[in-house]
Amino acid sequence: MARGKFKNLVSTAIPLPMENVDTDQIIPARFLKATSREGFGENLFRDWRYEANGQPVNDFVLNDPSFSGEILVAGKNFGSGSSREHAAWAIYDYGFKVVISSFFADIFKNNSLNNGLLPLQVSDEDLVEIFALIDTDHQVEFEVTLASQSLILPGMGKTISFDINPYKKECLLNGYDEIDYLLNLKSEIAAFEQSRV
Amino acid sequence: MTKTLFDKIWDDHVVKQIENGPSVVYIDRHLIHEVTSPQAFAGLEKRGIPVFRPENTIATADHNVPTIDQHLPIKDKLSKFQVDKLTENCEKFGVTLYGLNHPYQGIVHVIGPQLGITQPGMTIVCGDSHTSTHGAFGAIAFGIGTSEVEMVLATQCIMQSKPKKMKITVGGKLGKGVTAKDVVLYIISQVSTSGGTGYFIEYAGKAITGLTMEGRMTVCNMSIEMGARGGLIAPDQTTFDYLKGREFTPQGASFDKAVENWSNLYSDSEAVFEKEFHFDATDIEPMITYGTNPGMGTKITGKVPSYGEMNKSVEKSLKYMGLEPGEDLIGKEIDYVFVGSCTNGRIEDLREVAKFVEGKQKAENITAWIVPGSKQVEKQAQEEGISKILEKAGFQLRQPGCSACLAMNDDKIPQGKYAVSTSNRNFEGRQGPGARTMLASPLTAAAVAIAGKIVDPREVI
Ligand code: SF4
Repeated sequence: MARGKFKNLVSTAIPLPMENVDTDQIIPARFLKATSREGFGENLFRDWRYEANGQPVNDFVLNDPSFSGEILVAGKNFGSGSSREHAAWAIYDYGFKVVISSFFADIFKNNSLNNGLLPLQVSDEDLVEIFALIDTDHQVEFEVTLASQSLILPGMGKTISFDINPYKKECLLNGYDEIDYLLNLKSEIAAFEQSRV
Repeated sequence: MTKTLFDKIWDDHVVKQIENGPSVVYIDRHLIHEVTSPQAFAGLEKRGIPVFRPENTIATADHNVPTIDQHLPIKDKLSKFQVDKLTENCEKFGVTLYGLNHPYQGIVHVIGPQLGITQPGMTIVCGDSHTSTHGAFGAIAFGIGTSEVEMVLATQCIMQSKPKKMKITVGGKLGKGVTAKDVVLYIISQVSTSGGTGYFIEYAGKAITGLTMEGRMTVCNMSIEMGARGGLIAPDQTTFDYLKGREFTPQGASFDKAVENWSNLYSDSEAVFEKEFHFDATDIEPMITYGTNPGMGTKITGKVPSYGEMNKSVEKSLKYMGLEPGEDLIGKEIDYVFVGSCTNGRIEDLREVAKFVEGKQKAENITAWIVPGSKQVEKQAQEEGISKILEKAGFQLRQPGCSACLAMNDDKIPQGKYAVSTSNRNFEGRQGPGARTMLASPLTAAAVAIAGKIVDPREVI
């Protein structure tokens, strides 16, 4: 279900320089028992964020008050594993609007786009640079403009352009919902069914 | 024009191609379960629309069900609510449900094939990444998110960009003690956990076609662990023989007609794949994983690899696993053995374990759980005397469900304990917070259960 139009943003970012972050880490299975879409942010990265006794893990980045922002920057192959859309919901619910990585798992990418969360793919080199920028200055701000498909790295006059499927971009910009689109096709779908029997 | 098997099925299901965008793809079979469907049904309710083709969706409860005392009300309140919600939704929307205590209940990817719901040439989706299992029958089957579950419920269609195609050929003959699970763990260790992203895989070659349907399902099941959308194998006589006479397969003359059609499902000899891999069966040995993704596997006689200075991810992974670089895997003491899941919870897997443990006793340090993939598997195991053999050997036989594969219920491996598991994921915490999972074949798992430590199954069969 689309969540309204994607708006351009200028924000600080939170770094998670791990590779192959799978959706079991993003939201562990035992928190999938809810039957609504809300509230998953509370358990985002639960087992990295909290000890078994519920105490926050101090050196985990979400518990470090020097980091904040609506952009999550993560290592290569983000969102692999389970197809649980709860992973995208949890990230969005926590307050992220954009995830930057050099590689996303397919299903996670789809799930994000279907929820107004932008998976922004950059090259391996650019990713290293972004991590370095944040490392030097936790308050550094990035600018994401979807219409022009650009990510501006501050202070260096560098703009990275990123790819996105044109159709998906339209959907995000306008807050379109694919289900509405498909519902409008119902007679074509029925005709297709007829043609196959 | 020459086409791959994938192209043939895909093209046959495109309702509409959106310019510069995805295709609208018609879905023949939709499987749902309690964890990824409630929000989709809620979406339909909010829009005030019905399920478009309720007869094409089949539901079961598997992920979040207890595996003991299934006849009693579920104790965990949230789990109960979720399972009840599925029942309520299925009743309201007219969807067939094989719920707890139904003779067809089981892991969604075990029951589909077993009942003949899965057939060659179909498009099949489910809100679960291991939907790729069904590709073993020559179907396009892949996992989807909940928004997409809602789309399929609402319109029997999904919007997808056509993936690229990859072919993985495994030639030659598998050695003694080397099973389908070893084949796929080997492939993943070579292709890597992201090497298949953006692709749909076709598996071919003598070592693949020589597998039973159960073995083929094990291979296709783990396609997603390379990041691939799915994997498929061209149907052949083995496929047709498996399907004949199953509950939902066409019967009599219609079956013969279906086989005739299914026989056209293969990749043309000149068909082009964007990427190809060739492996030799004789290079494949029994495999086991040492890390926290399925690509971190090695032959069982191998050592834990060392990592470069820079590789923080591998370092973190080995630390989590409590393993030292250069450490031998053989001889490592193990605490738990888990046989089950949609990868290896079928009757053939149970038979294999039973054959090995018959007349033996599990090691004292091992807790061994065996969880049949479905009620039908459970029944068959009882009828064949397998259940008795397993219980005598000291295995705890549970009731069907996903169980410790994802540890949503009480079947959790305790913090810091080592489990040799026949499931498909060794992610941090997958089998319970702090659990240390090592993936292997049912045969290896059985050998470990008896020895109490990692052993080479070839040495003991
Ligand atoms: S057995 Fe495991 S992998 Fe298979 S469907 Fe269940 S949770 Fe998913």
